[in-house]
Amino acid sequence: MRVEYVTSNIAIAEGAMASGLRFFAGYPITPTSDILEYLAEELPKRGGVVIQLEDEIASINAVIGASWAGAKAMTATSGPGYSLMVEALSFAIITETPLVVVYVMRAGPSTGVPTRSCQYDVFQVRYGSHGNYELPVLVPWSAQEAFDLTVKAFNVSEMLRVPTVILSDAMLAHTWEKVIIRNPSELEIVNRRKPEVPPQEYMPFKPGEDLVPPMACFGDGYKVMVESLTHDERGYYSPTTEVQERMIRRLVEKVRRNSHLIVDYETYFTSSAEYMFFAYGSTARSVYALVRELRREGIRAGLYRPKTLWPFDEGGLKKVASKAKRVFVVENNVGLMYKEVARVLRDKEVISVGIIDLDVPSPDRIKEVISEWL
Amino acid sequence: MAVSRQVHPLDKYVRVDRLPHLWCPGCGIGIVMSAMLRAIGRRISEGLVREENIVIVGGIGCTARMSLYLNFDTVHAIHGRAIPFAVGVKLANPKLKVIVVGGDGDIAGIGGNHLMHAARRNMDITVIMVNNMVYAMTGGQLAPTTPTGLYTTTTPRGNPEKPINVVKLVASLGANYVARASVTHPALIETYVYRALGKEGFTFVEVLSTCPEMFGRHIGIKDAVQLFMELRGKVKVKAKPSLNESYYDWESGFVIGEYVDKDDPGYLRMIGLLR
Repeated sequence: MRVEYVTSNIAIAEGAMASGLRFFAGYPITPTSDILEYLAEELPKRGGVVIQLEDEIASINAVIGASWAGAKAMTATSGPGYSLMVEALSFAIITETPLVVVYVMRAGPSTGVPTRSCQYDVFQVRYGSHGNYELPVLVPWSAQEAFDLTVKAFNVSEMLRVPTVILSDAMLAHTWEKVIIRNPSELEIVNRRKPEVPPQEYMPFKPGEDLVPPMACFGDGYKVMVESLTHDERGYYSPTTEVQERMIRRLVEKVRRNSHLIVDYETYFTSSAEYMFFAYGSTARSVYALVRELRREGIRAGLYRPKTLWPFDEGGLKKVASKAKRVFVVENNVGLMYKEVARVLRDKEVISVGIIDLDVPSPDRIKEVISEWL
Repeated sequence: MAVSRQVHPLDKYVRVDRLPHLWCPGCGIGIVMSAMLRAIGRRISEGLVREENIVIVGGIGCTARMSLYLNFDTVHAIHGRAIPFAVGVKLANPKLKVIVVGGDGDIAGIGGNHLMHAARRNMDITVIMVNNMVYAMTGGQLAPTTPTGLYTTTTPRGNPEKPINVVKLVASLGANYVARASVTHPALIETYVYRALGKEGFTFVEVLSTCPEMFGRHIGIKDAVQLFMELRGKVKVKAKPSLNESYYDWESGFVIGEYVDKDDPGYLRMIGLLR
């Protein structure tokens, strides 16, 4: 364990290496490039490979290939790059390939303001690919949590054989903070389950009780079929409703049924909160400051901060919000996660506080908007 | 009902439970697949590669479908992205022998950017591109390799574009091995693939092929044998042709042979993973 003064981007790179990262492919993009640069320096020292490829499409496809060759693999990008990656992400989902994508949000649409922050892509990250699927998305609010959640992202990805995304933003990316960087021996590290049967009995997509199939990799002698078409347990293409339904339901259910291994949240003063704030990522930092300010003024405010956006933790939210009179959903967009919160807390008054700010919405600005509701 | 079939010498490399394959009568891909398997079989029997270390990566298209039938670790990836997938496999585990199989659309059309950069890096993979000059699986649309003037379903007035000369492109980027073969000369396909698999760096074999259903049909030659004979008439064999002879034109025909055969350091050696 060591303590360093780093940005979230570097904390993510360190978290990935602590998790056993062996392959990284990426393409330069603001505000993410320094993850690629930092790993290009550091990862080869630990026996891993880093390559800058011709685009984001190549990067994620190489990461999928590397994962099937047995390596823990990652790529990092921002909105425009993620838009290019979503086709292959869908391929990773149907082939149940463990991998981690780092998505550092920057203000869009299109080229937008590449160097500045936003939270516009909370739906795109989850729903950007074609097909019907679940995709875990973890959302840190500090450099320390960027490290911790990167370790978790690898664990979730390996455990459930599902691509997993760390959703950061431009503000966190380059904010320097103190981070405790733990060694692998001080962390709980999960590795994908290997088959326990001989090759002739192995089926690459036959799940265990947790709905996750053990994974044989290339060179293990199992002659796996990695199939982008709808496939049965052997990996054989099968265009029938029966196989399609079985496959889709399992791909979705393996995440939903194991969601307790993924979802997490943190609360401040919520047990006695009349006004509950829902905020995530960098915006939650301002909301936290505001909640403390309101408390000092005698207003019973509290904060519910999800560390994971997807799958959406309905149970956790319902439980924490049960006593709140009014719920404010504060985010740096025009009100996106608000839709989920309002759906889950449909018997409560849920107010969308969507603020567009190229930095983080300040506590004062948020207070100005909500004051009429207090 | 049980179907009895005779054992073929290459059956051990084929998922025979998946036969029959989906390729049309008269398709050239089967010729390429068996020649490739003979080349792989030779390298295995000579102790040059281990069977369990072979990885076959296909994208999308008729040729990429080989990945469904071959009895190795195989990948049926997404359209155009077989090469970057293969790059990731090779870099993560250099002991694997990674072979990309794809059509001209998959490799040189949608995947052209990846082809270019893998060749430039002299990445240690082998790409076998079966060139039937058309998008066959989707029903006979224009390919970047369709010769000028020929008809396809999307160029009903004749192709106004100049086709891409993939051999010349890949050679210009510094690949260690570049050959053009043809389904009309199967023994040469086997020879070229065998040699490509033995070399360091990026190795590339283009195989001119026949697609009577989707290519021949629109140019007035839908009889499989007639199209095969037409191609055979256009192919000239030359052991070591120069790149000036790599011209790619339906009227003047095609020179097949080994255009590039050199031993520059491959990518793995450049990053110190191969000594």
